[in-house]
Amino acid sequence: MNGLDRMAAVAATEFRLALRNRWVLLSTLVFTLFALALAFLGSGPSGALKADALTLTAASLSTLTVYLVPLMALLVSYDSIAGEIERGTLALVLATPVKRGELVLAKFCGHLAVLTLAIAVGYGIAGLVIAVVHGANPAGLVAWGRLVATAVLLGAVFVALGMLLSSLPRQTGTAAAMAIGAWLVLVVLYDLALLGAVIVDQGGVFTKTIFPALVLANPGDAFRLYNLALIESNAPIAGLDGLAHTLPFPVSSALVVLALWLFAGLAGAWALTRRIRP
Amino acid sequence: MSDAILSVEDLTIRFGAVTAVDGVSLAVAPSERVALLGHNGAGKSTLFKTVLGFLTPTGGRIDVAGSTPGSDAARRAVSYLPEQVVFPKALTGAEVLTYFARLKGVSPEAALPLLDTVGIAAAAHRAVGTYSKGMRQRLGLAQALIGSPRLLLLDEPTSGLDPVSRREFYEVLEASARAGTAVLLSSHSLSEIENRIDRIAIMARGALRAEGSLAELSRRAGLPIRIRVEAAAGRADAVHARLGGERVNGRSVVLTCRADEKVGALGRLADLGADVVDVDIALPDLDDVYRHYSAATDEGAAR
Repeated sequence: MNGLDRMAAVAATEFRLALRNRWVLLSTLVFTLFALALAFLGSGPSGALKADALTLTAASLSTLTVYLVPLMALLVSYDSIAGEIERGTLALVLATPVKRGELVLAKFCGHLAVLTLAIAVGYGIAGLVIAVVHGANPAGLVAWGRLVATAVLLGAVFVALGMLLSSLPRQTGTAAAMAIGAWLVLVVLYDLALLGAVIVDQGGVFTKTIFPALVLANPGDAFRLYNLALIESNAPIAGLDGLAHTLPFPVSSALVVLALWLFAGLAGAWALTRRIRP
Repeated sequence: MSDAILSVEDLTIRFGAVTAVDGVSLAVAPSERVALLGHNGAGKSTLFKTVLGFLTPTGGRIDVAGSTPGSDAARRAVSYLPEQVVFPKALTGAEVLTYFARLKGVSPEAALPLLDTVGIAAAAHRAVGTYSKGMRQRLGLAQALIGSPRLLLLDEPTSGLDPVSRREFYEVLEASARAGTAVLLSSHSLSEIENRIDRIAIMARGALRAEGSLAELSRRAGLPIRIRVEAAAGRADAVHARLGGERVNGRSVVLTCRADEKVGALGRLADLGADVVDVDIALPDLDDVYRHYSAATDEGAAR
């Protein structure tokens, strides 16, 4: 039981710090504002389409979430190990009976709690406003709930990756640079590179066989494909998202991909913290 | 020394070609306060980190409360305070203490009175960001005292503290040593630990150069004792003629002698009767002794 109490102490302290640093407030505001902006800037044509506003916004918000949630997740976690090394508290903490695995897992839980709260409250408020203004049907509510739940899963993946990156350098500045780099590569450049390859390939073997697998292997794309594939709408879908309805894998494989990323991130963070000499 | 809480035997730690700790043997018993002295880079912090289990010895062995460093039992026995620790600024002192109490498996209610022990109870519910350097270091000490550890490892704990804070810091250490805690602290600030430490170990370039009480080390170093004799008005020349030594500023004579000559010299002083008004004896202080050993060549170093 001692181990659980230690982990609870670590997680609660991380959460309390995020509250005190206004991180919870800031990230909740960001999620609320972006979701609302999408809902009402994109609400113009909704009358002309059959799908309700909630479903439509869920579709467009899933694209924005791919950028926003990983960024916030990395920002909340990049400092967690490197920062403690730099401030000297990691040596103190590791001198107590707490195990490194417990520390990694508990910090992960604390960060994820912050992110979950921000996503649930932010998207919850936005969903409520949309439902009140435009009305809601059961399909829209399901799409919205699925979006929130998978956004939390996507956030968990990137919190774990942020902690992994935080276990590599001894300076928090380096960890921050690595986190931004990881975001750029995984969220922005990866898709651009795939699109470029598809254009060069001109509908050849790459486009038909390797490309779908590569798209699905990326956590952000897996998240987006999962949400778009399950939304029954004739909302316009462009670019990589065209795969959503022609994916040669079952939709649930996207969740498996996210779970694998999560597991790999946590295992990597744990393995790296074991090597740290505080 | 089977009853020692910490026993280090022939410990060697190398990082590549660099030997950070070179064949060090050291033991600390319950209630004993030992100071590890050395310049920066002498190997003190490396030794501490090995005792904590953060580094693996290249050679030799360490035993903490009968267990391997870093094991559960060893971690429960040891508390650590590094030289520079920056607690989260947004937490209060009480929250920091509660956090570490829970990590150590001690109930927070039992730990919080320690804020009073170190004299920051009034600031318990203020954010650590508002604390002075001295208060942060006191909080660090309170953290280290949680659960009455059997061994306290303090890495330059008083560097940068004002004299009052420093004295109180050592008073707290003294109380916890009386209660049975073994204290191993490192310092390169030397005069501050005089009279507050049972034993001193001096490290230089990774090796232990000397070990013993201040008195033992002083005796072995053979540094001179200075006896300043103040003569009655007009009798300074007479005193000087009888004792020898050196005339200083009109009324005083300064004698220097070895430790084993001290009693004889005082006996001769007593024979002078009313010619002597006052006597002041200056033993070599820790700075002198430390300089002697840390600069000594291998042949001059005590075991």
